[in-house]
Amino acid sequence: MSATAPTVAAVPANLAEHFPAGVVADTRKGYEGYVVGAAQLLQVAGAIRDKLGYNYLSSVTGVDYPESNQIEVVYHAFKTSGGPGLNFKVQADRNDPVVPSLVGLYPGAEFQEREIFDMYGVRFDGHPDLRRILMWDGFAGYPLRKDWKEPFFEEDLKPFASRWPGGDVRRSEESDPFGANVQYPPEFDPYEWTPETETAIYKLIQPKAGNGNGGHLKTDKLIVNIGPQHPSTHGVFRMVVVLDGETVVDLKPVMGYLHRNHEKIGERNTFLQNMPYTDRLDYLASMSNNHAYALSVERLMGVKVPERAEYLRVLMVELTRICSHMWAIGFLLNDLGAFQTPALYAIKERELILDFFEATAGSRMMCNYMRFGGVSRDLPAALRDENTMDFLRDLVNNRLSYAIDELDRFLTHSEILRSRCIGVGVLPAEKAIAYSAAGPLLRASGVDYDLRRADPYSIYDRFDFNVCTRPNGDVYDRYLVRIDEMRESVRICQQVVAGMPTGGEILAGKPQYNVRVPAGESYGRVENPKGELGFYVVSTGKTNPWRYHVRAPSFVNLTLLGEVCKGHKIADVVVILGSIDIVLGEVDR
Amino acid sequence: MYGSGILAGLGVTLKHFIDSYVDDLKFLGQRYYNPASLNQRQGTRGKGVFTVQFPEEKLPTPERFRFIPFLLYDEKPDGTHDDRCTSCGICAKVCPPQCIWIKRSNDPVTGRPVPQPAAFYIDIDICMNCGYCAEYCPFDAIKMDHDYELASFDRTSAHIFDKQKLDKPVAYYASLRPTDYAAEELVRAEEEAKKAAKKADAASKAAAPVAV
Repeated sequence: MSATAPTVAAVPANLAEHFPAGVVADTRKGYEGYVVGAAQLLQVAGAIRDKLGYNYLSSVTGVDYPESNQIEVVYHAFKTSGGPGLNFKVQADRNDPVVPSLVGLYPGAEFQEREIFDMYGVRFDGHPDLRRILMWDGFAGYPLRKDWKEPFFEEDLKPFASRWPGGDVRRSEESDPFGANVQYPPEFDPYEWTPETETAIYKLIQPKAGNGNGGHLKTDKLIVNIGPQHPSTHGVFRMVVVLDGETVVDLKPVMGYLHRNHEKIGERNTFLQNMPYTDRLDYLASMSNNHAYALSVERLMGVKVPERAEYLRVLMVELTRICSHMWAIGFLLNDLGAFQTPALYAIKERELILDFFEATAGSRMMCNYMRFGGVSRDLPAALRDENTMDFLRDLVNNRLSYAIDELDRFLTHSEILRSRCIGVGVLPAEKAIAYSAAGPLLRASGVDYDLRRADPYSIYDRFDFNVCTRPNGDVYDRYLVRIDEMRESVRICQQVVAGMPTGGEILAGKPQYNVRVPAGESYGRVENPKGELGFYVVSTGKTNPWRYHVRAPSFVNLTLLGEVCKGHKIADVVVILGSIDIVLGEVDR
Repeated sequence: MYGSGILAGLGVTLKHFIDSYVDDLKFLGQRYYNPASLNQRQGTRGKGVFTVQFPEEKLPTPERFRFIPFLLYDEKPDGTHDDRCTSCGICAKVCPPQCIWIKRSNDPVTGRPVPQPAAFYIDIDICMNCGYCAEYCPFDAIKMDHDYELASFDRTSAHIFDKQKLDKPVAYYASLRPTDYAAEELVRAEEEAKKAAKKADAASKAAAPVAV
């Protein structure tokens, strides 16, 4: 096992002793953690949270094992004080999977459990709102089960046999027209059918509607749909809002409009083929996505990443953080009504960084830069008419810190920004942890939790930087945390540029196009600009992953959107959403 | 003072406004359509706006920029083309969206596979420009292009590039990526030399009288 990879090992030895009835250690080769009986799950999870202190449920996901006719639900819990996590699983019968819901203990599980219900058909007992979340409601089947086939399905695993050596080109839509693999629910009639999600969503929030806000005004309650096509939703994202006058009474996010079954694609792909697909998740931070995926697979492979590659990785990832935060701040201001000027000032600096990415990796946003055991290319000798190292030194030592200071001067003390942001969308620390909020959202609520410090990966333990927190948990604090974090990222970049070894390997071993990954499971996570990005990978020792799950920070952070928006004006909803900073490529996957 | 924050912010806007004219003065009307100015405008020293007057003026693509693969051939002295591709199929196997189709050719007499593609297709609608084909090709036979202006009126047949459309001379590649080309040629020359030495070695061994 690589010393620098994040580890989810070192479980407390006493968990199985604590619950002799329902807990056994997971002894499958390459697996870790415990298998908990469904009947004991609530009790065990309660003890894990309250007695052992694993108060942060990072990821919940499912894995299909048709051979043993089981669907496994995998939980990864961590402590916000830092350190390795605890991994526990529940196995359910594949024909009728039922698992108790953990939403009561960890509200952050709400959307993730809905996703498992959607993708695997696992019913969660006691879940407050168990509906499909990414697929549409008339959809039949469970797309992540191993026996499910998509339209235009060709083969279970890539590479497809039809490509070589007898590659007769054909376009899939011509040879396999949409139809053969499309399933509809029984008795489905497209003309008569009304989407259940719609009625369900209105039913859910309707009882709370009614007249009067208790004050002196007589107001009507009104349901408003913001999105999916609405500029302030940052993509195709929809919020169903119940308003009392202008005040938000309830809010339900609706997502999945950009769903492409990324995880199923990932399970058809070979391990290496997934790397460019991760670029398309949070497309503003492709380098970070590469990094997280590389870490989780490297952990299984046990590769040691060469020194220079580690430095290059950290440099790229920290520059990405600056890009992403610049974008977030710029477009938060757009959401506030300061159209384009702050956004353009912010992304102007991003332009320089993207130029650097393009010169090094070959693409501005879809970088596809990292490989298992290193990176794909070393720095180029020159960038335009300048030596690359000179360009980098100039960028991180002068230009970026100046730009951040300027942005700070431009916005931070603006009375308009302050009056729109201070006290809006307040998220207390306990709630932030309970809802599994991550990244700047969590740290703006005063929780000192940054994976680079709490569970160091790569070579972050070598650099001097602060974990930025703010106490109030409102939109303004999230803005300030992003400004602070950019400064810290610049500091890290300065140390990287100064300390980077010249020359040396950038990839461990020979470049391999078909890596075999030893059997086992691995959860690699990094501090993405948006929050904790995790990849849960299960390998069976072959060239394609058995399970490839993305714990997307934007997706999990949306769980608390409704909670945070309640009681605010409808105009603030847009700002609160902007301060959470979502990217729909990652939310919908 | 209430309002001082807004005023300070407006000061920043004013500074940006003035800065956008400083470059103009410096280049005296030569700010656009001028490579020297473009480097200054788009670099770390650029203080004004980053605007590029597309399409009259285009951002130069860096050497490593990747957009849609193409196939390389060496030109023989007699003018015929010598494909570098041996139809080994590694690019088709590594391609993440599986957009490469290769038909291997067989010897008409023996029926054995011949190291040459009979047909080679890339569906550019499916290609995700990841660059794996170029990265993992052991023969430097497939490389990523720089030509990103591919819009066409027909998305069916026009977007499936066949071998004729994909084939480009090595000289074209050398002009796109001079640094990579030089490095690769160095490695190729070394390998050639090694092979030649081995051959010579074997030949001299064979020619030498066998000691009894």
